[in-house]
Amino acid sequence: MPSGRHFAFADRLRTSSGAELTPILIFAALALLPAAAALAGQGHLISLFMRVMIFAIAALGLDLIVGYGALVSFGHAAFVGLGAYAVGILAAHGINDGFLALAAALLVTTLFAIATGIVSLRTEGVYFIMITLAFGQMAYFTASSLAPYGGDDGLTIHVRNTALGFDLLRHDQALYYVVLASLVGSYLLCRALVASRFGRVFRGARENRIRVETMGFDVFRFQLVAYAISGALGGLSGFLLANATNFVSPAYMSWHRSGELIIMVLLGGMGRLHGAIIGAAAFLLLEQWLSDLTEHWKMIFGPFLVLVVVFARGGLIGLAGELSRKLRRG
Amino acid sequence: MRVEALCKRFGGLIATDEVTFDVQSGELHAVIGPNGAGKTTLINQICGLIAPDAGRIIFAGTDITAMPAHARAALGLARSFQITSILPEFSVLENVALAVQARSGTSFRFFGRVDAEEALNAPALAALAEAGLESRAGVAARHLSHGERRALEVAIALALKPRLLLLDEPMAGAGHEETERLIVMLSRLKGRFPMVLVEHDMRAVFALADRISVLLYGRILASGTPELVRNHPQVIAAYLGTGME
Repeated sequence: MPSGRHFAFADRLRTSSGAELTPILIFAALALLPAAAALAGQGHLISLFMRVMIFAIAALGLDLIVGYGALVSFGHAAFVGLGAYAVGILAAHGINDGFLALAAALLVTTLFAIATGIVSLRTEGVYFIMITLAFGQMAYFTASSLAPYGGDDGLTIHVRNTALGFDLLRHDQALYYVVLASLVGSYLLCRALVASRFGRVFRGARENRIRVETMGFDVFRFQLVAYAISGALGGLSGFLLANATNFVSPAYMSWHRSGELIIMVLLGGMGRLHGAIIGAAAFLLLEQWLSDLTEHWKMIFGPFLVLVVVFARGGLIGLAGELSRKLRRG
Repeated sequence: MRVEALCKRFGGLIATDEVTFDVQSGELHAVIGPNGAGKTTLINQICGLIAPDAGRIIFAGTDITAMPAHARAALGLARSFQITSILPEFSVLENVALAVQARSGTSFRFFGRVDAEEALNAPALAALAEAGLESRAGVAARHLSHGERRALEVAIALALKPRLLLLDEPMAGAGHEETERLIVMLSRLKGRFPMVLVEHDMRAVFALADRISVLLYGRILASGTPELVRNHPQVIAAYLGTGME
């Protein structure tokens, strides 16, 4: 018999033959970037791509539930913000240990995901979008009212997290590779999840929830676990963001940010994992480039996003696949 | 399985009115009745998609009246849908393998490729072979023809190793030839596990059923062997009409 591999993804692979190769190329390019940037004397690229990778982690987590579970969370920035605040609040109390801050960020976001997921996963479709938005705004306003931690103005973090007392992250280069390792780890985790027993049930529930329930699976529990993992990835992203910017603010949690994460997922190509990475890169780099070009950059950026989402249903990955197919046909 | 005095109202409409019937082991019990008699409502209550207002459902010695659908399914209550219901983007094999997975160990396993698990693929392929679909294992389910989808439904039901199979109008929309094929397939499965068959196609019902219950306005009008039901004066008047020989 055919070795059962790839049956599920057979169609997907057909649309983008380089599906296995693309993520490897992406990670290789990201690994070489600091050296290339140093050679070219473009040191600022390091912090720009660090930002890309940090948001890519959050977008990956979002793609896990949107792309594979059709759970459109419109409050995902709250997880990023909570993770960042875990770092900021601990630092405000003089606790700078990175492992402790990371553990706090993951714990807080996982618990927040479970608490809000228990409520929001009882709903579907538009109601799910609205409830996650409401929880996101709740976190935003709570952070704004945290007067001891800067309230609306946010909170400056004076020293980056340390690792067992060593000041490992002081240099951007070091932090860059920590972020890259986190991204690769998150990507591999999501890939394993999607292809696992758990992932099959979760993906099946998107296709036909009632069918999967009547097979004997408690779909709610699977969705809750996926939502918690997705939230924790947001927390990881927030932990890294706080360290990269040395700053935490309620703006990290605003619904604009949640919307941007959704756009990143759609822009790159939903339900493909590395699409979220490409989407985050395309979004942030384009934003950077256009805003250098003209102060009216949003007039170009907005319509561009609309065009991609409307005309390229598979996002940039889908577009690339289509182009290469047309070229091959001549 | 036993259903006792089941009642369900939708506003002023009494969809299920004191329905009592049972299914013996190995038996195929058909439920027939005109459109709007409450057949689908009854099935939905048995499999847990609708909560009854009163009455009890006993399955395998347990009162399952208040149990959610997935827990009933885990007990061995399998259902095949009126509108064929599959996972369209999944491959044919993966559709069935998911059903096997429902019966084999925990699914809260986050690592390891599920599509490489021989313990899931082998029984799934066996079920596909039984339904005559093994050559289509790698195809996405949405590419299947109407008849193949029904066969896939049957393969999924088999893979669930049911202790009771609820068949909700499996012949609906099927052509003459396909109906014949389905009757053959179901008669092969008969006796392996008890089945409840809700069906419009009288040819299929009288060919397959050990017992028949006739539903009318939510009530059981008559219940018994095909012979008894066929000659029941009230059933003839209300449903079968005089056209039946």
